[in-house]
Amino acid sequence: MTAVQAAGTLVAPIQKRAMVEVRGVSKIYPGGVEALTSITLDCPEGALTTLLGPSGCGKTTLLKIIAGLIPPTSGEVRVNGQLVTGPGPERSFVFQDFALLPWATVLRNAAFGLELRGVPKSEREAIAERYVAKVGLKGFEHRYPHELSGGMRQRVGLARALAVNADVILMDEPFSSVDEQTRRKFQEDLLELIANERKTFVFVTHSIEEAVYLSNRIVLLSRRPSTVSDIIDVKLPRGNPDEIRRHPIYLDTIETIWRGLKRYLD
Amino acid sequence: MRQRAGMLGTATETSAPVLKPQRLASLFQHALFLRLLSLIVVLAAWEWAGRIPISPSFPTFLETVSATLEMIADGSLQAALLVTLLPLVIGVAISAVVGVSIGIVMGLDSRAEWLGVPVFIVLQAAPLAALVPLLVLAYGIGLATKVLVVCIMAMPVVVLNSFKAIRHAPVSLIEMGRAFLGSRRQIIAKIILPSAAPVIFAGLRLGTASGFVGAILAELLVTPTGIGDIITYNQSIAEYPKMYGAIAVVIALSVCCVESLEWLERRFFRPEKRGHA
Repeated sequence: MTAVQAAGTLVAPIQKRAMVEVRGVSKIYPGGVEALTSITLDCPEGALTTLLGPSGCGKTTLLKIIAGLIPPTSGEVRVNGQLVTGPGPERSFVFQDFALLPWATVLRNAAFGLELRGVPKSEREAIAERYVAKVGLKGFEHRYPHELSGGMRQRVGLARALAVNADVILMDEPFSSVDEQTRRKFQEDLLELIANERKTFVFVTHSIEEAVYLSNRIVLLSRRPSTVSDIIDVKLPRGNPDEIRRHPIYLDTIETIWRGLKRYLD
Repeated sequence: MRQRAGMLGTATETSAPVLKPQRLASLFQHALFLRLLSLIVVLAAWEWAGRIPISPSFPTFLETVSATLEMIADGSLQAALLVTLLPLVIGVAISAVVGVSIGIVMGLDSRAEWLGVPVFIVLQAAPLAALVPLLVLAYGIGLATKVLVVCIMAMPVVVLNSFKAIRHAPVSLIEMGRAFLGSRRQIIAKIILPSAAPVIFAGLRLGTASGFVGAILAELLVTPTGIGDIITYNQSIAEYPKMYGAIAVVIALSVCCVESLEWLERRFFRPEKRGHA
């Protein structure tokens, strides 16, 4: 692991144990397209780790391998020490396109993970109701997805991921189809949630600002075939969002990452 | 939400769905009005064409209505409908149950797909009326032949629609089901089937309409009974209003069946569409 020194105060290796361990993971799609080349990284417990890289670099593929939705061609993933062979109860997923059931209400969508696990209706709805309120959708329980805006739909997706009480929450560009204002509000809410929930988050984005604002650790991926080009631990003070966005560490980290990514653009 | 749409150009897109119900509600009144208007225009044209008259064998709309009421009054229309509806109901029911099942199996299993798709594509493309004499030879002129005619008319479209509906279930929803530990069975029951329901029902509506064609075809080509008998008999004695009355009643009945299928779908399978469209 290399830590970037450019920002001075940046480097303070996180001492927590690794919740997600990715060891030498490669993925070659049928037809010979090589998406990932021997990726090794750790996601510390209770922190938010971002996979950041140019479009089409295989970030989503890596996240889906961690989720157990796609098998790696070689290498292994361990979550909480357990080898990943498929989806598991300790992981849940927030989808880029929300993946809500259009025929189900907000409440049923939020409870759907529990429904698949066979939790009785009254129990799962009580749990879902709590998380729907937590993501700020109180009063919308009986609406259908098409009646909600993009941002609100993604909140339902988040409530569904939280309701199954997984240790690791995997988020695949959750804000990419949400407008900028909603996105900022959502980011702030997410930070608050991370502080309260004590869960491990793995987050995929192509937005450098978003990555720096939200993450404790940023994993920079190179262009396809992807390798880990850098791992950066971010130490930002938490508090007033506007101050964070003007904080020297915030600005310097963005600059460093941008310089690192720029060479893949030509 | 509306505030945001005013402030930011790109927000209009995301907030549009929120405004939709109201827009749809006004559209509904609009659509109902347009439907009535279209019906009135067609009936008026009919009346006008009958009065010219475009052909001595073409009655006016009002003559047809009174002839229809006459047939209802003496009970002959109801009796004929019962006779026609029996093979129709049996045939459509068989096509629905068997057709949807075959389509679903073909959608879920690629071996079944290879086995079934060519057969049903050929059946859908073939002019099946040509097979009717063959069926009469094999099964006689009774109920069985008529049910079979209804089935071969209705089944292919039901099967092919169900198959395509299952095949096109959204990949991301299926992936979501897997990520949240759904079993294969749960994913089929809770994700694939509900997403396929609208297209399956579209197939059932088309199949029911084709079934009506089949039922009348059977009565005209096999043995004149029921509505087919009213049509052929009144044609032969030049009682055209009654003939057209019988045809119009069959059309009206077919439309009602197709519409009630749509209602059924919305009522039981797509609650989010209730009250709209």
